[in-house]
Amino acid sequence: MSVQLFFQHLANGLSLGSLYALIAIGYTMVYGILRLINFAHGEIFMIGVYIAFYLVTLFVLPWFAAFVVALGITCILGMGVERIAYRPLRDHPRISVMISAIGASFFIQNLAIVVFGGRPKTFPVPPVFGKIITIGGVNIVSITFIIPIITFIALAILLFIVNKTKTGMAMRAVSTDHETARLMAIDVDIIISITFAIGSGLAAIGGIMWGLKYPQLLPIMGLIPGLKCFIAAVVGGIGNIKGAVLGGFLLGLMEIMIIAFLPSLSGYRDAFAFILLIVILLVRPSGILGSVQGEKV
Amino acid sequence: MKRILALAVCVLIAGVVFAGGEQEQAGSEVIKIGVFEPMTGANAAGGAMEVEGIKLANKLYPEVLGKKVEIVIVDNKSDKVEAANAAARLVDKEKVTAIIGSWGSSFSMAAGSIVKEAKVPTVGASCTNPLVTLGNEYYFRVCFIDPFQGAVMANYAYKEVGARKVAIVQEISNDYSVGLAKFFTDEFKRLTGDDKAIVAVSNYNTGDMDFTAQITNLKSLKPDAIFAPGNYTESALLIKQARELGMDVPFLGGDTWEAPEFLDVGKAAVEGAVFSTFFTTEVPITETSKLFIDEYRKEYGKEPAAVTALGFDAYLVILDAIERAGTTDTVAVRDAIAATKGYPGAAGIISLNETGDAVKNAVIKTVKDQQFSFVTTIVPE
Repeated sequence: MSVQLFFQHLANGLSLGSLYALIAIGYTMVYGILRLINFAHGEIFMIGVYIAFYLVTLFVLPWFAAFVVALGITCILGMGVERIAYRPLRDHPRISVMISAIGASFFIQNLAIVVFGGRPKTFPVPPVFGKIITIGGVNIVSITFIIPIITFIALAILLFIVNKTKTGMAMRAVSTDHETARLMAIDVDIIISITFAIGSGLAAIGGIMWGLKYPQLLPIMGLIPGLKCFIAAVVGGIGNIKGAVLGGFLLGLMEIMIIAFLPSLSGYRDAFAFILLIVILLVRPSGILGSVQGEKV
Repeated sequence: MKRILALAVCVLIAGVVFAGGEQEQAGSEVIKIGVFEPMTGANAAGGAMEVEGIKLANKLYPEVLGKKVEIVIVDNKSDKVEAANAAARLVDKEKVTAIIGSWGSSFSMAAGSIVKEAKVPTVGASCTNPLVTLGNEYYFRVCFIDPFQGAVMANYAYKEVGARKVAIVQEISNDYSVGLAKFFTDEFKRLTGDDKAIVAVSNYNTGDMDFTAQITNLKSLKPDAIFAPGNYTESALLIKQARELGMDVPFLGGDTWEAPEFLDVGKAAVEGAVFSTFFTTEVPITETSKLFIDEYRKEYGKEPAAVTALGFDAYLVILDAIERAGTTDTVAVRDAIAATKGYPGAAGIISLNETGDAVKNAVIKTVKDQQFSFVTTIVPE
């Protein structure tokens, strides 16, 4: 394989990995704080990009305004899902909340089918994202570079919030222990809402960039990426933000590189993610960056 | 309080389950024709186009044998399991006289055994894989089959494009795609006399959006053309990404490319793509064609797609068969459909052969100025 070819594959792998990373962060943050796998997260990602689509086409907003507004609406939607589907079950066994999450996922998906229609919609890509850049004989679409850059900026802001602000400290406290955090005068409900808002916001950013890269929107488009990003979060160590990012990049690069080196296996593309999940659960269930939780006797 | 709530929920669920349209046929004042198409999922546009044709035909010809004809549409969700469920629902619950469906040979094949056992004749509009009707005397179709279509495109690739080395990109989970790719391969190898004329076969799955890995690998093999008989959803993205990666080779495809979404998503990238299909408004074949095109333009204000004309024809063939059989007994209707000869449909004259397939011309279209444009008609030998 030539250097150019490899570089092209690498660029694509990083791009896909960034998208997976953004969405995986949402899963991992919600798990860290609520010990809940938010299965509806893939649907939030789908709604985010649909809202952006409608803002640009129906309300004819300029794209930067549309993306920001879509971000805001998706954050509110994420908080809404938490309020309606998860908060009432806060004191119930964890399995109830998980079932509620699955239910929310199906509900949002089918609502999207009814409201948006089953036929694919084409995301209007502004020319600046569609430009083809040629580097050393390799053609790469501009969006392929923009995605990792935006991802790193978002990640930097997120890590700043989590590690250097009071809200972030409160989030970390709530992840450790709800009761104790309450004793420290932290409003747990608000912190959880903020967590969902941040996770949904990142999913919206990921969704919009996904729409820019793969401009075809379907109501079921959140299903497979949602599953893969959940796997990415688990692989990196669920509950750990850096782990989610690592998992996302690992999964994205692996997906592209395996097809690149073994093109005859391209039909099994989705299977690799699930195989990786099984391997990680067998070998290191807490994930790559996860801390091994010993039994406290 | 909790028990009352639980009881109320149970009653509600029961109500929803049983309320779902237990409409008994009032005497037999209504003749029901079932339609199972992908209305949601990756193939939603294909199903929607066929349903447009069926609904138009129902509007123009709402009665047969003095009774009203009612169309019952069930969504097969672009999924093989759902297709079987949809067909089962039509024969068991709705008790239809005949069925039209489906866009996507995989879904038709999934329903095959169900309609055969229930003895309900089913007419496919655009499903071209030969296995849909093979060995199933209750399945018919008003379109040509893929051995012919594959040969048409292989000939085009060999003669018009002058290709001697072709790469294939197929949707591995789709029987239509794999079947058509195989028929193309057989004919192309025969024409070139070269067993290695197909330089590579790349696979992808339904719903895939990223083809850069496959394209990058094909690029290094330098084929003269690429045959990609997949659905419009994936194919448009495939061609777009190929052009972005600097691949300029001609792309050839099959009838599943003809959907407005193909042009929407592909935009300038799909300019010059060539595919085979069933019908073009530029060459109306029969009187019914003219009627169909006029009525469609009046109703929808745009040009009809080929599969819409076929959906229209499927409805007409069933109605004609019911008329000839003089009854709604499904076995008699089935025999009448099998005897269809020389019926003037919108997409050509329909004569069903012993396997239940129609022998029809193929039309080759291309994308010019971001519109579908007619190239030529190919007559079967």
